Amino acid sequence: MGLLSKKDAKLIMDPLLDDNPITIQVLGICSALAITAELEASIVMAISVMFVLGVGNVVISLMRNVIPSKIRIIVQLVVVATLVIIVDLVLKAFAYELSKTLSVFVGLIITNCIIMGRFEAFALANKPWRSFLDGIGNSFGYGLILILVGFFRELLGAGTLLGYKVLGDPIELTGVYAFGYENNGFMLLSPMALIIVGLIIWVQRSKNKALIEDE
Amino acid sequence: MAVNTDKNSYTIIFAIIMVVVVGSILAFAAEGLKGNINENKRVEKQQNILYALGINENDESSVTFVSKSNVAESFSKNVTKQLVIQGADVAEDNEAYLIDVKKEKASAKDPSYNRRLPLFISESESGTYYVAPIRGKGLWDAIWAYVALDKDMVIKGVFFDHKGETPGLGANINKRFFMDDFTGEHLNNSSGSFTGVVVSKGNGDPKNDNKLDNKVDAIAGSTITGNGVTAMIKDELKLYIPYFKTLKNN
Repeated sequence: MGLLSKKDAKLIMDPLLDDNPITIQVLGICSALAITAELEASIVMAISVMFVLGVGNVVISLMRNVIPSKIRIIVQLVVVATLVIIVDLVLKAFAYELSKTLSVFVGLIITNCIIMGRFEAFALANKPWRSFLDGIGNSFGYGLILILVGFFRELLGAGTLLGYKVLGDPIELTGVYAFGYENNGFMLLSPMALIIVGLIIWVQRSKNKALIEDE
Repeated sequence: MAVNTDKNSYTIIFAIIMVVVVGSILAFAAEGLKGNINENKRVEKQQNILYALGINENDESSVTFVSKSNVAESFSKNVTKQLVIQGADVAEDNEAYLIDVKKEKASAKDPSYNRRLPLFISESESGTYYVAPIRGKGLWDAIWAYVALDKDMVIKGVFFDHKGETPGLGANINKRFFMDDFTGEHLNNSSGSFTGVVVSKGNGDPKNDNKLDNKVDAIAGSTITGNGVTAMIKDELKLYIPYFKTLKNN
């Protein structure tokens, strides 16, 4: 890669697979359970987190030498909350429709432990550019799992993808429903998200044995 | 910099400066954008009322409001009368749509307060319809709706919305597949007494062919939001019954 040094590229690529925030670092599980019943919601959440984590990491990194260590968690929380609220206000004023879609996510972004986790683990000890890459990389990794889970939950739970009826119409009995297929309503409930995340972790660790922790 | 960031005095000063800076940024942003935000909310109310009346730019499955540039004109053309009902008094008020239903509902907890109920009337060749704004509780936060009725309390159209229901589950109350089911439903049962519309699990009528059963099909996985919708329709539209009774007598 010409644009990024090898070390920088690693910051982006690692969180996608071998250091994925959800499946390896086990951060951000709560929002992964809450909003993945639909693919669209997963995508919106992934983009929002990418913005907040990218910018937030840079802000924290710039402040890293002046933040008093005793209250650093509070400072981090204030930074995230401020960012999110400002974005929400600007959207409300200039892109009202979009802000209505996002409003549900605002609270979930502030409390997303990936954001606090990356501030604490990376941005407090690294320069702004590297922190920015780390933020983008981790939110990509987070978004990847979110979209994967959202894909299966929406497809198997509601028979749709992004709202389009890809499997036919369950009421008119067209498509696969004509053969007696039924949607699995259980997929729409949060426990199934946890089970899908579990399956992803299983597949990932059976492919890459280095990820398995020693007993 | 040779500042000792571990000192208590530094921590306190840092915290104070941070609070002041962040507080002013947020206050400044909120105050500066207030005008735009309020204007957006006003337009949204008009769009919602028109939507309930069936005036929208929907294609097959989308929810598309009348565009922002046309909304004022369409609103003044289609909403011919706005009323404020307060007990037995009915008064016309051209800004009735700006009444804050949330505040009115909260004040009405005090039994001595006479709640102001806004009602928007649309008179055209296709008939006269009455839109009532209602408000209730979902699973996480507020839900609200605009319900367009004819004089017999049969639903002409609805628009539901919510503040923070679960995406993919309860949040779907503002989607077509849920809202469209309400069209044609009767609020009164067969003997003529008010029952509302129940969001019901397993009513055996997924296509919603039976418009007289006072039931619509629920969304799987969002029982509490559905119950909230049921309760909202029942408790809030009940308040308008006296007015609809006077319509009958005239």
